[in-house]
Amino acid sequence: MESLIIAGIALVKVLILANIILLTVSYLVYFERKISAWAQSRVGPNRVGYAGLLQPFADVFKLLLKEDIVPTQANKTIHTLAPFLALFVAFTTYAVIPWGPDVTIFGRVIELSVVPNINAGILYVLALTSIGVYAITLSGWSSGSKYSLLGGVRASAQMISYEISMGFSVAGVLIFSQSLLPSEIVKSQSGLMWNAFLQPIGFITFVTAAFAETNRLPFDLPEAEPELVGGFHTEYSSMKFAAFFLAEYANMMIASALIVTLYLGGWQVPYLEKLGLSAGWEAIIQVAAFFTKLVFLMFFFIWVRWSIPRFRYDQLMDIGWKVMFPLALLNVLWAAVLAMLIK
Amino acid sequence: MAVKKRMKDFTLMEKIYLPSIVAGLSITLQNMFKPKYTMEYPEVKFMPSGHYRGRPVLVQEEDGGERCVACGLCSRVCPALAIDIQAAETEREKERYPERFEINMLRCIFCGLCEEVCPEEAIVMSKEYEIAFTNRQDAIYGKDKLLTPIADLQERIEFLRNNK
Repeated sequence: MESLIIAGIALVKVLILANIILLTVSYLVYFERKISAWAQSRVGPNRVGYAGLLQPFADVFKLLLKEDIVPTQANKTIHTLAPFLALFVAFTTYAVIPWGPDVTIFGRVIELSVVPNINAGILYVLALTSIGVYAITLSGWSSGSKYSLLGGVRASAQMISYEISMGFSVAGVLIFSQSLLPSEIVKSQSGLMWNAFLQPIGFITFVTAAFAETNRLPFDLPEAEPELVGGFHTEYSSMKFAAFFLAEYANMMIASALIVTLYLGGWQVPYLEKLGLSAGWEAIIQVAAFFTKLVFLMFFFIWVRWSIPRFRYDQLMDIGWKVMFPLALLNVLWAAVLAMLIK
Repeated sequence: MAVKKRMKDFTLMEKIYLPSIVAGLSITLQNMFKPKYTMEYPEVKFMPSGHYRGRPVLVQEEDGGERCVACGLCSRVCPALAIDIQAAETEREKERYPERFEINMLRCIFCGLCEEVCPEEAIVMSKEYEIAFTNRQDAIYGKDKLLTPIADLQERIEFLRNNK
């Protein structure tokens, strides 16, 4: 009976999270178009539903009706597998990210993340994002098109370069939390001890690496439209293309959630406990705080996309190896010194 | 030899790159709150002034007759060979009139040469830009569609008199 209840709770959490992700991702596409329009003094989609709010559904409906084309040169198995690998990685990464404090419902303590107690939490996230590279590389490799191949190869080179600075930035965070558990990392940033304030260099390198890992501008070399047509997804159509599209935005959401968890204090609101609210209200405010931070970061991702032009490929590698990597190392030193001084 | 400072050498602030990013971001953020330039077309329509070259029309006098004397100059000058005229004679003061005057709107390139060459100010470019048809037969505009009361064309005629 007990195990059944635990399984039931886990199922409910998965359902809630999956729905939140799908809804957020579809509206991210809408807001991407809206924000790009506003930044360019345009109006943006406003025909489908009130202020174009049904646009995401119209887009998905259109994509569903499209013909699914597989090039004759393509390796069919891998060509089909790749987009769903991308989706799989994008969705499973959310499992360890806590989106609220532990709450007590009907005398049962429930942690607000799908799999709360993985000891290797952050390593799990890093490992899965590394698998995400395979999705893009395989799609480029299996399409049998030079543009796709170039996009795929670029993606793998870029990911490897930026994963290093990302890993070292995370190391700085881990020095403070002394645990790989995401919930412990959040708790280590109580009050205004946010890692973003304690280690600004690490914050900047991590955010930059997150942009590179999610293939967002200014690092969207794998799908650079002017040179590579569509990059790794040139040969994809219909729902397979939609899967890549969804995965891209889901990745953006993970990256935002990770930045919030690692650097912006997760679901914590500074000095909330001094207000003396009841536990229930406190939990609600904290969950809301997590999603507010998440929304702001996702807005930041879109905002940057429409402000900064794409790097040239050699510039990208230069920044990755000659700037980000040394900065991330410097940050580890800084974090170590700071941790010794504070504790 | 001294090292020449080039225009493209970056200063330290530019090399750090982050200030430039912040500057760029602030520009796009400011743009997000500025008024939009979009004209929401089917609801709000573009109202051109006299200089606009819309579809060519024939001027219809107040008494209902056309000004055109079917000299055929417009037909000759038309680079796209869009105009077809069949002349005929009447007992009126102006002895010639076009029995048939057709402009193929699939061919017309809106260059305005017909209007420029016309000695009678009889063919002018209107302000109309919503020209859509569903088959090629409908694209050939006859006199029924071309004749437009002179009152609607005053602005263009004035513009031509000042600038032609």
